[in-house]
Amino acid sequence: MLTCDRLVLQQGDFALRAHFEFAGGEVTALIGPSGAGKSTLLAAIAGFIAPIEGRVSWDGRDVTYLAPGARPISMLFQDNNLFPHLTVMENVGLGLRPTLRLTGAERARVDAVLAEVGLTGLAERKPGALSGGQQSRAALARVLLAERPLILMDEPFAALGPGLKDEMLDLVQAKLTAAGRTVVMVTHDPADAIRIADAVVLVADGIAAEPVTTQALFADPPPALAAYLGEGGLKPTLRK
Amino acid sequence: MARSPLAIDPRWPGAVAAALVLALTIGTLIAVALRAEWGGGLGSADWAAIRFTVTQALFSAFISVVLAIPVARALARRQFAGRKLLITLLGAPFLLPVIVAVLALLAVFGRGGVLNTGLAWVGLPQISIFGFHGVVLAHVFFNLPLAIRLILQGWLAIPAERFRLAASLNAPVGRLLEWPMLRAVVPGAFLVVFLICLTSFAVALTLGGGPRATTVELAIYQALRFDFDLGRAALLACVQFGLCVVAAVMVWRVTGRDSMGTGLDRVVQRWDLRRPWVDYGLMGAAALFLLVPLGMIVVRGASGLFEMPQSIWAAAFRSVLVATGSAIFCTVMALALAMRGGAVVAIVGVLPLAASGLVVGTGAFLILFPFINPADAALIITMLVNATLALPFALRSIAPAVTGVQADFGRLGASLGLRGWSWLRIVMLPRLRRPLGFAAGLAAALSMGDLGVIALFAGEGEATLPLAMYRLMGSYQMDAAAGAALLLLVLSLVMFWICDRGGRADADL
Repeated sequence: MLTCDRLVLQQGDFALRAHFEFAGGEVTALIGPSGAGKSTLLAAIAGFIAPIEGRVSWDGRDVTYLAPGARPISMLFQDNNLFPHLTVMENVGLGLRPTLRLTGAERARVDAVLAEVGLTGLAERKPGALSGGQQSRAALARVLLAERPLILMDEPFAALGPGLKDEMLDLVQAKLTAAGRTVVMVTHDPADAIRIADAVVLVADGIAAEPVTTQALFADPPPALAAYLGEGGLKPTLRK
Repeated sequence: MARSPLAIDPRWPGAVAAALVLALTIGTLIAVALRAEWGGGLGSADWAAIRFTVTQALFSAFISVVLAIPVARALARRQFAGRKLLITLLGAPFLLPVIVAVLALLAVFGRGGVLNTGLAWVGLPQISIFGFHGVVLAHVFFNLPLAIRLILQGWLAIPAERFRLAASLNAPVGRLLEWPMLRAVVPGAFLVVFLICLTSFAVALTLGGGPRATTVELAIYQALRFDFDLGRAALLACVQFGLCVVAAVMVWRVTGRDSMGTGLDRVVQRWDLRRPWVDYGLMGAAALFLLVPLGMIVVRGASGLFEMPQSIWAAAFRSVLVATGSAIFCTVMALALAMRGGAVVAIVGVLPLAASGLVVGTGAFLILFPFINPADAALIITMLVNATLALPFALRSIAPAVTGVQADFGRLGASLGLRGWSWLRIVMLPRLRRPLGFAAGLAAALSMGDLGVIALFAGEGEATLPLAMYRLMGSYQMDAAAGAALLLLVLSLVMFWICDRGGRADADL
């Protein structure tokens, strides 16, 4: 379970407060207008931004001042999730061993996880020779392999077309949630949250609100969310 | 409270590199200042050297820039086959060993050169390349291409839309767009050339000399090598440093941050082009001025290759050794400094621009002299000084790339736990191959052609190729010197090519 304990983040004039818990083993979506601080909150949890006050802890262990690589966290960024000069095997292998000196058994594990995300036979390709969807799958394969319990996603599939994006979100749900991992994802598209999120955190007006079940939130949106969703609300996309 | 959890990488390599650069620049300067004989003040010969240094630099910079403006304009607005080649060629003098260029100019403008042969043929009096105008000629030869490139950058920085707007308004492009650009760009170009000419040693050594054409750098060399007057050499070194600092500060204040040679391939569509023959004539003349002397080196050098004494090959070997060492050392220092970053590094990175080989060399000589025979350390000192003097250029190529990698992949690397050596090996080095190769090539070529520090230190047995070549010229073995010049030219270009090519070959960027 991930806890933000009276967390205060500040960047210049901008400040964001967060004080709540993310349920373990669930997918939580951070939603809100752009510039509200969704990515900032994610960066603080990942360890790229130091909070000016408060604690971040995982299963009761304080991780506030751990280096990003030492946290029980894997992260998928908006872009640059793969090193262009390394092969898919090497890129994915980094999740296993940051020195990249892989044993035969470890290479077999990489191959197995590549098969799991549908990239069989592409291990020796470099990212430039993959399609956008395949690149996302390779990044996801590394996250699967790293076996860290908490996954942070900063809109990693935003550049894909709507069909491919949904496919990737389903893959996240099928592979990560099924393996019991906790996922926190930033999105600006309510449809994403409705598709795979169990709970939603609304980030607006300098505050990250407590998680609410997705169904409940969109059935009766609070004023801040209603303002973000606009005139038409969410009714047409609410299919779930 | 704002402890950043993102503490990256060991910081000591950058600190070591910074300390080394400081020792070689500020450290040698202190040695020079302590040893200088301030009591005697400056003699009339010293004042003459200062006057000559400043005057020739002013003339060289003025002529280079005035000639560069129309050529840059022609290059900016004409599209023709070979334009890219011509622009590449304009970058070549930076890699060209000074001593080779001097020999090339002698072949055209010297006593037995093409020009005087022609003059004699039509019965006109001979001209001499030695003295003030010879020094200025050589400096213009070197710096005209640089000035053209700097001003061309200014031209190409004017957005194409402005030209379109001016054309639709039928407004004068010259007064509306080009004049304001020139007012912003030309002072910087002038000062850069001025600074380069201030520190000129090899040109003054070969084409100047005597009481009326001695630069401060040359005076330092003479005080040290011929008179062994350490106090006066040190005093002159202080003077030279003062001159350079004033000029370097002016350059820095006028130019600010510059971009180096980006996007010179672009041609802006223009609607105000008449009289194309003027432009093509100008570009042709500039190309001839650069190419004819170089062609002479190839022609004369090819026959001279067989008249070179055996010692030339040993000197060439020493030069390759020094250049290789300098390239590696310079690149490693630049990488360490770039990865550390920060204000101190920024200062350390520009410090060598205000230092000159002879000043640093004099300081190193004064520090070493009480303990060892300076000739024994000639090659290693030359390597260190060359690496330091090339550092600003290497940093300019590497630092932006390091910043780019940090911005693109810093967070990914941190979240994967890539740190220290792993980060360097797996991410940094592969991604920096191009700028590292370019920087190494630059440092190698600059070191290969250096005739400065080595002249201060070397005895008979330590000569590098440029020094050996200079000695051949001094004993009027011009054919052998031309052979050595061709060898030096080829080695410099090949070393640059190997490094630069190595960085580009199958780089996945």
